[in-house]
Amino acid sequence: MVETLRPTNEAELQSALIGLSQSGLAAEIRGAGSKAAIGRPLQLPAVIETTGLSGITLYEPTELVMSARAGTSLGEVESTLAERGQMLAFEPMDLGPATGGRGGVQTMGAVFATNVSGARRIAAGAARDHLLGVRAVNGRGEIFKSGGRVLKNVTGYDVARALTGSWGTLAVLSEVTFKVLPKPQETQTLVYVGLSDDVGVEMLCAAMGSPFEISGTVHLTAGLTSRLELGRLSREAATVTAIRIENFTSSVAYRIGRLKDALKIYGTPELLEQDASLLFWSELRRLSPVTPAPGDAPTHLWRISTAPRQAAKVVDAIRRNMQVEACYDASGGLIWLEVTASADAGGADIRRILSTHGGHATLIRAEPAVRGSVEVFQPMSASVERLTRGIKAAFDPSAVLNPGRMYAGI
Amino acid sequence: MTHIRLPEPDRAIVARRDQITADLIAIAGRDAVISDEDGRRAFETDALTSYRRMPLAVVLPETTETIANILRYCHTQGVKVIARGAGTSLAGGALPAEDAVVVGISKMNRVLDIDLPGRTMRVQTGITNVSITAAVAPDGFFYAPDPSSQLACTLAGNLGMNSGGAHCLKYGVTTNNVLGVRMVLMTGEIVDIGGPYVDAAGLDLLSLVIGSEGQMGIITEATVRIIRAAEGARPMLLGFDSSEAAGRCVSAIIASGIIPVAIEFMDRPAIEVCEAYAKAGYPLDCEALLIIEVEGSETEITERLEQMLELAKPFRPSSHAISSGPDQSAKIWKGRKSAFGALGRIADYYCMDGTIPLGRLPEVLTAISQICTSYGLRVANIFHAGDGNLHPLIMFDANDPASEQRAEQAGSDILALCVEVGGCLTGEHGVGIEKRDLMAKQFNADDLRVQMRLKSVFDPGWLLNPAKVFPLDADQRGDLPAMRSSTLPAAA
Repeated sequence: MVETLRPTNEAELQSALIGLSQSGLAAEIRGAGSKAAIGRPLQLPAVIETTGLSGITLYEPTELVMSARAGTSLGEVESTLAERGQMLAFEPMDLGPATGGRGGVQTMGAVFATNVSGARRIAAGAARDHLLGVRAVNGRGEIFKSGGRVLKNVTGYDVARALTGSWGTLAVLSEVTFKVLPKPQETQTLVYVGLSDDVGVEMLCAAMGSPFEISGTVHLTAGLTSRLELGRLSREAATVTAIRIENFTSSVAYRIGRLKDALKIYGTPELLEQDASLLFWSELRRLSPVTPAPGDAPTHLWRISTAPRQAAKVVDAIRRNMQVEACYDASGGLIWLEVTASADAGGADIRRILSTHGGHATLIRAEPAVRGSVEVFQPMSASVERLTRGIKAAFDPSAVLNPGRMYAGI
Repeated sequence: MTHIRLPEPDRAIVARRDQITADLIAIAGRDAVISDEDGRRAFETDALTSYRRMPLAVVLPETTETIANILRYCHTQGVKVIARGAGTSLAGGALPAEDAVVVGISKMNRVLDIDLPGRTMRVQTGITNVSITAAVAPDGFFYAPDPSSQLACTLAGNLGMNSGGAHCLKYGVTTNNVLGVRMVLMTGEIVDIGGPYVDAAGLDLLSLVIGSEGQMGIITEATVRIIRAAEGARPMLLGFDSSEAAGRCVSAIIASGIIPVAIEFMDRPAIEVCEAYAKAGYPLDCEALLIIEVEGSETEITERLEQMLELAKPFRPSSHAISSGPDQSAKIWKGRKSAFGALGRIADYYCMDGTIPLGRLPEVLTAISQICTSYGLRVANIFHAGDGNLHPLIMFDANDPASEQRAEQAGSDILALCVEVGGCLTGEHGVGIEKRDLMAKQFNADDLRVQMRLKSVFDPGWLLNPAKVFPLDADQRGDLPAMRSSTLPAAA
């Protein structure tokens, strides 16, 4: 029998954690649960759900800052920001649909706890780069704060940022404060069809080396384009390489022209205007290209970080061992790799190849049995593991918070 | 300045100075160890020059392995270690101690790898900030964080303090521009975190290490992000009759959706000093000056500056001038970046670094002026307006200890005010010794405990950069192991 606790304020959250800690019970920490199928499978006696901690508590558009309780939905935050022409520049991804969970439901606490960041991270940084401060409760039941509500702050250690990407294993966030930015006036995308992976990635890197402030770079292998809603791209059954420019309208026109010229050796691109661009990048934000349709053969999905100059080589090397399709983000440096389902999801080969090329891999989509038998998160070096265990013990010595979600015993 | 307490040195360690020096020479080589008094004196302070302590010894190693061997030795011997970049800390972050070995990173200043397509660069951290950009500038790239001390300061120091600069409104601070580090722990263990790719694996250890003020380890190499420079950049000068009008103008610009690459603010005393020094063409008939820089093509720059001039109209700028070209742009920035040096020519000053929510600017500036007046001191204000990071420069007479102490007290009052209005003690200089005792104004005991436990994870004996960042008595509040020598702190 799993006990679900749904605190409605920070004091209740603290009581819940003190209670669990005293009775020696561990709890799964979750927001709306859209990412419940990611990580090592958990079977814990309790669940703490943060959706009861809700509401935007501060919004100062002229100071580019917002605070929200951890359970506030991303949707509420984004629609409130849109009313003032602003946005979360790191374009948080929605991992729900690609992992069999619900789409469009994630909470702000979870956005930062998992550091989900979309294509614009290449220009604007990831979720971690936009977090200014947190309030949280650790596994000892201590309420603490770190950071604040101003854009520049080096007072004390950067504990708030260190909680990003910790998947609820160190503390339960109760409130997050983050930087917001103006929405661009205009968005356009250049699309090149039929480039090989290495040439596509090379072109994306060349674009990033131009002074035109590219805000999205993606290359999709041929097998993925049929999943795009954007009809005219999905018909091609060829690779698609896309470059986004966002800016004031007059600047977009100028920069698109200059960029096309600078990249002319790669061919003549198709231009996606505003509406088509928004649709294309929103599909990437939901990982639609690497999400099988109902009835398709099941596949596993990895998220790989590597240097862009290694990206096509890494995928090539993996392709010699298994069937793969790749969605290259961040000018190739971040690869969403879809592989044919297998007992270890191809993990042994993938990590062996990465150990020669540099980088790391996280298993994003696989059934629980697979996630229980392979390392979902990249295995750590001995010294990093020792530090990680120490940090876990500092925040959560009795292992109340999501124990084992990232690594066994952490 | 003399009221910040420093712990009494461990006499047993000081008594073993000759042996420790000999051992360090055996580990690092004669050329790498400075043990004579004159040599050590060059390292006795940083840019918070009122505090001085002769280090036990100074080592300037040339490899990560040597640093590992030194730290392993010091760890075994229970000797404290203070890491040092160029010694430009304004917060006393690199202040030595008589019972501590200073490990300087300045000889490790090489560029190891440049990956232009991947937009990353691997460097040894003794490299100066400006040399990172210099290595890739011919290819049109730059390293974004640009503290005013960038000619001298090292990346190692920038990593320690998570340094910012004038252009971080658009490009972020150090932590946003570093992808990986090689770090030596106090035990001598070498740890690699991250690399030339997005997101280090596992927990975000980079976030913890960057900004930890040299208390978690010594970072010897780093992979930094480099960015392609814009086609061009040009600043504009806008003068106003009041700080309030200038502050409201900044808000209006940001609300309009324009994020300039930098928005700098100076008040009248600062303008006068900087103009006398740099001859940048700053207007002298205004109470507040904004330097606003935008980037792009010539047409884009013109369009954006005109758009901002229009937005500024309701706040009645008393003057406006767009930089006439690269020469004047360079002078405008030179004036701003040498503000500290320029002021130093006419007065001793104490540089503060609090951050406030921009909306509170007018009342905070008024209060700063009142605080300084109440201590009988003058103040010049310079700050990064886009992000609310204030640098009040409190002027005093270093030959008059009473005046010096009043400046320090005024500074404390100002920082307390910054926290009170929702800001923080330090935006980019770090805590060091300077703001150590004010930490309790911003953080409660649990907040501090959470941070101090992390220090204990990396350095359980609290041997690295001791007596900085946390109040000296803070270890008595928590459930931490005893971590400092039991000698009582004494007045400096």
